[in-house]
Amino acid sequence: MFGFVLRRVALIVPTFVGVTLLAFALIHLIPGDPVENLSGERGMDPERRARLLHEFGLDRPLAVQYASYVGQVLRGDLGSSLTTHESVAREFATLFPATVELAFFALLFAVVVGLPAGILAAVKRNTAADYTVMGLSLTGYSMPIFWWALLLILFFSVQLGWTPVSGRIAVQYDVPMTTGFMLIDTLRAGDMAAFRSALSHLILPTIALGTIPLAVIARMTRSSMLEVLREDYVRAARAKGLPRWRVIVVHALRNALIPVITVVGLQVGLLLSGAILTETIFSWPGVGNWLIHGVQSRDYPVVQGGILLIAAIVITVNLIVDMLYGVINPRIRHA
Amino acid sequence: MRNRTADETQFMAEGDIASLDGGAAAIAHAEEPSPPSRMREFWRAYAQNRGALIGLCLVALLILLALGADFIAPDPPNEQYRTFTLAPPAWHADGTSRFLLGTDPVGRDILSRLIHGTRLSLLIGTISVAISLTLGAILGLVAGYFRGIVDTTIMRLMDVMLALPSLLLAIAVVAILGPGLVNAMYAIAIVLLPHYVRLARAAVIAEARREYVTSSRIAGAGALRLMFATILPNCAAPLIVQATLGFSNAILDAAALGFLGLGAQPPTPEWGSMLASALEFIQRAPWVVTFPGLAILITVLAFNLTGDGLRDALDPKLRRS
Repeated sequence: MFGFVLRRVALIVPTFVGVTLLAFALIHLIPGDPVENLSGERGMDPERRARLLHEFGLDRPLAVQYASYVGQVLRGDLGSSLTTHESVAREFATLFPATVELAFFALLFAVVVGLPAGILAAVKRNTAADYTVMGLSLTGYSMPIFWWALLLILFFSVQLGWTPVSGRIAVQYDVPMTTGFMLIDTLRAGDMAAFRSALSHLILPTIALGTIPLAVIARMTRSSMLEVLREDYVRAARAKGLPRWRVIVVHALRNALIPVITVVGLQVGLLLSGAILTETIFSWPGVGNWLIHGVQSRDYPVVQGGILLIAAIVITVNLIVDMLYGVINPRIRHA
Repeated sequence: MRNRTADETQFMAEGDIASLDGGAAAIAHAEEPSPPSRMREFWRAYAQNRGALIGLCLVALLILLALGADFIAPDPPNEQYRTFTLAPPAWHADGTSRFLLGTDPVGRDILSRLIHGTRLSLLIGTISVAISLTLGAILGLVAGYFRGIVDTTIMRLMDVMLALPSLLLAIAVVAILGPGLVNAMYAIAIVLLPHYVRLARAAVIAEARREYVTSSRIAGAGALRLMFATILPNCAAPLIVQATLGFSNAILDAAALGFLGLGAQPPTPEWGSMLASALEFIQRAPWVVTFPGLAILITVLAFNLTGDGLRDALDPKLRRS
């Protein structure tokens, strides 16, 4: 097991290096250098330009610049935002819990609804229930989530007035942020009204972001279940006279879950992609929203740092999923 | 397609040795004699799937709309009828039959803009999938054929690209190239690339050991001929399926980029940017937001249905279930 873990960790090192190269290249491929951007429309005399280039270290060879960039990254220094002049790493750290909170509930929603839906479709194969689940999940899978989010707002917030339109919590609540997770912080403050407000703000973004993973999980569960239900041991369990639900839940589901767990883990990348759109629409103060603002205002340190950090998180999570998979399924470990 | 019978393989190998006219011609040749031709067989498997048929019909309809947009659309896409701003759809109490799906905030006919948007979306899909498929097939073939350091370099690079969430990678590319429709296409082509490379590489590695490749090699075929003429046509099936599904990804991502203001710029009638520019009117005139989104959904659904159908029909292993 230890060897397996070591091999997997060694495999992601080149990927990390590649991501830093990409982030580094991002700044250097943008037309015009940072000094030019600083000078704006009026231009700058060559002497001052040369001095600034030297000051930023931009006149050094690219390899040296890259090495010093990696050095900075390893020290946790990702530069500072051009608009707020705050440290990029610190801004990311403050906003990240909001994204995690949203992504966590979206994934929870996707699993809690998608798993039973997939099982139902597999067990009731070729019935109306199966067609409904598969039809809905294909629709969910094809959904432009920014539009889906708008429809949800239009119906639940505007027409029915059930949920708030945007933000994480109503403005009148002032909760001390200790963990950064709104639900936990409001509970710790013992403010139930604030907790309810935070919860109601979470509902629509959760549904919007969770829809695509839900569709993926439902489809995957169905096909995995169908495969397992054909196995001899399932037939044997049935022949033994075990009740149907017991065969499905204990014998089939446990084995069908292995590929599903991988798929759930792989949703993290998808969730972060979706979070960019969902956060923009619901004005959710997370890293997706922040990154889009960075791109729109040409705040390159934010874009560079944001991409680097998000990629690092996705790689790490995928690695963990990979290892968990090895724990559940010994065949993978020794491959 | 990959579950070829032994006879066929041998037949093709002979064809290769005899005429050296390449794998593609040999396959075309092999198809004719066996009574239910492979095309027929494929179509029978495809037509069994009702969803796939619906998808194919929708795709055909969309292509028709895109090609004939100038004749079908009742109005030019950017014509502003200032007296009819935010007119509701025809079936609405205040609607007018002049504008079937209503008008947008500056009085442009939404139906006409949507029809012209079909052209843009299909164009974005075609171009980005074409770039991505070509480049991906070449890189995958090269990686799978030569292996070693070339393979490692290409695949590690693809791993990096896969590590980034797709929309994030597209945003990064657009941040470098600058916003716009053409750059969005490049961005999407780059995002789709790793999938084709991986598929092509896996297929090449599986095919390279087959007898027909060996015999072609013995007959003196060079690396280029082996890669492109002998092997490539035989690993087309997964690439075709992925290309169809790539269309739906391309259209979704293009719309998302347009929505974020990083793709097509107004007044281009691109669905995503149409949606974004009408956002502030969402409460007063929901139709300006509803219809472009519906157009995206239907188009993506059509390509997903077709792609799923193709996969089931081309992959006999999945056909059973």
